Amino acid sequence: MKIKFLIAAVAATFITGSAYSATLDDVMARGHLECGVSTGLPGFASPDDQGVWSGFDVDYCRALAAAIFGDSNAVKYNPVSTKNRFTALASGEFDVLARNTTWTYSRDTDLKQTFLGINFYDGQGFMVRADLGVSSATELDGASVCIQTGTTTELNLADFFRVNGMSYEPVPIETNAEAQEQFFGQACDAYTTDRSGLAATRAASGNPDDYVVLPEVISKEPLGPLVRHGDDQWADIGRWVLNALIIAEEKGLTSANVREMASAPTNDPEINRLLGTEGAYADMVGLPNDWAVHAIEQVGNYGEIFANNIGPDTPIGLARGVNDLWTNGGLIYAPPYR
Amino acid sequence: MTEAPLKKTFTIGMLLYDTRYRSMTIQIFALVCFMLLVSWLISNTIQNLETLGKGVELWFLFEPASYDINQKLIEYDSRSTHLRAAFVGLINTLIVAILGCITATVLGIIIGILRLSRNWIVAKIMTCWVEMFRNVPVLLWIVFFMAILIETFPTPSSFRGENAESSLLLWESVAVTNRGTYLPEPLFHNGLGDVSIFGVVDVSLDFVAFLIILVVGILVSNFLKKRADATQQATGRRPLVWPYRIAVIVIPPLILLYVLGFYLGLPELKGFNFKGGIYLRNSLIALWLALSCYTSAFIAEIVRAGIMAISKGQTEAAYSLGLRPGPTMNLVILPQALRVIIPPLISQFLNLTKNSSLAISVGYMDITGTLGGITLNQTGRELETILLLMLVFLSISLSISAVMNWYNSTVKIKER
Repeated sequence: MKIKFLIAAVAATFITGSAYSATLDDVMARGHLECGVSTGLPGFASPDDQGVWSGFDVDYCRALAAAIFGDSNAVKYNPVSTKNRFTALASGEFDVLARNTTWTYSRDTDLKQTFLGINFYDGQGFMVRADLGVSSATELDGASVCIQTGTTTELNLADFFRVNGMSYEPVPIETNAEAQEQFFGQACDAYTTDRSGLAATRAASGNPDDYVVLPEVISKEPLGPLVRHGDDQWADIGRWVLNALIIAEEKGLTSANVREMASAPTNDPEINRLLGTEGAYADMVGLPNDWAVHAIEQVGNYGEIFANNIGPDTPIGLARGVNDLWTNGGLIYAPPYR
Repeated sequence: MTEAPLKKTFTIGMLLYDTRYRSMTIQIFALVCFMLLVSWLISNTIQNLETLGKGVELWFLFEPASYDINQKLIEYDSRSTHLRAAFVGLINTLIVAILGCITATVLGIIIGILRLSRNWIVAKIMTCWVEMFRNVPVLLWIVFFMAILIETFPTPSSFRGENAESSLLLWESVAVTNRGTYLPEPLFHNGLGDVSIFGVVDVSLDFVAFLIILVVGILVSNFLKKRADATQQATGRRPLVWPYRIAVIVIPPLILLYVLGFYLGLPELKGFNFKGGIYLRNSLIALWLALSCYTSAFIAEIVRAGIMAISKGQTEAAYSLGLRPGPTMNLVILPQALRVIIPPLISQFLNLTKNSSLAISVGYMDITGTLGGITLNQTGRELETILLLMLVFLSISLSISAVMNWYNSTVKIKER
């Protein structure tokens, strides 16, 4: 953490004037995208034994790289902890942070970050051992609760127990891996984080039936990718790559059929605008004409990304729920591409 | 007849051409350049932070911290300010630093002396200890000790029920769990209560009264010793004082404890965890043990070097006076060795204190964890928090140095 800070401090010390403009030019010149991801959360961002990263957040980075370079592998992943992620992003260590980060007012304004949208609606929950016989978070009075430090969950937890007049023993932990060691070793009674993260941890335990996620959701955690303030063009690119993936699902564009749909104009003008067969919309943001085709073909639409990484058929096993499209009664919604 | 001393007229050129002034000129010039460079760096940093919209401010210290801290010796809850959270962390840092310095010194001296033992097995075991601890990074030792504590000891739930798997130790008074160790705590039926100092710290009057009576007892005991020494000097006969010396130290505190209605509060399993008693969290124990063992390896080497620096003639002279090996070590070798040992020992104390900032790796909430961790992250004020943190560690380190230098001046050779 201090090393990251020092880099930031040294950068702030020596750089005269603003170096934070035209991120797209920097990325193009570099030839690959630098993406900040989690240090290892199965389903969202984790490397396999070959060192190849995969996951829900990783796929966003891949889609962004595909949109810029036409190659979803032109990404370098920078694992960051919850503590140093904002400093690292602000100091320019990577171009975009896709690390299940909650969009909050003070992060947006005081920390000078630009959130690109919401790609996952989450909420903080609790996981306990099934044999504890606890069925509600309101029964956790006096419990030891494992918690990752430097997250909004820490503040929600303090508020939840204070408002409900209960006491607890916080066991602060730096990474998800250490949290698992402590929770599975029963050094704490409950583990609290976003419910998606709980599901991932539960799946990684090897015997998921020994653990239950309690029904209470004690906070709103809208997660999404973010960039630093100061480069609106770069923020627009990031925002519209995310929107394109959502629109693609809405319009039925998949990795299998997008190439064919892009070969000639279709009946639906929004599809045509998105895939570059009508108008010159890609120029407005400085991307190649077929950027959306590359992104969707190589990574998939929002629904495919969800299903491949965290959907019901994966070990994480999350239902779409509120993360379904607005047309299916969920909250996932993209502004029109026109 | 007397020659008037040559009047020296000072010209500006002499600053450069006169060897008496030249070195001074160059030094001042270098200093000015250095100051200019530093001030440019500082103003540039501040300006760049302003451009980023992050001016240097300290108001955030007075906002509610909104997070909880598990180990707190002073009153603190999530509505307290960041400043108070930093203070809680500072106390936790000092606790582990003081505990660590004491145990590291005791361990280090024992191991250092035993490493010189003529018993081959003892000497080799001590060599192993030193090489094992000082050649592995302290962070690994901290994490390792924590893992051992979590994996080895029983969970609180295994103490539950009629046929519990685990039971409390030492007449049902000590609970060792994988979350921490619960010791009995001293409580008073008719205690004197607490007194609040500036509304910042609550101090237990019972403890203060106990401490005062103990110190007075020790002073009286020393007075008795001095009088006995004087009598011995004068008459050659030493009066019997040791029973009185022990009595004045032990009996008044016992009477005080009886008057205050002293009893031990035992830990008891309630709900998820034990309640009552003094709770030593595993994070504290792991950090304390790891720092002590690691630093003890270095101190042992310093002690060994100090002892070996004393010439063998001293030992032989002591033996020829009829002293046995034990008294020889205590009365002849160690007092001289201390002069060699203390200066490098100061650095080891400073190292231990600074290494305690690795606490967050096991979730011990020291000042790096509160001010430099959660506060930094929740407020996004990196520069301010890290500067404050550096200031705090600088003050702690300089205080340790000051105390140890004072001690050093009391044991070093008095040249007359």
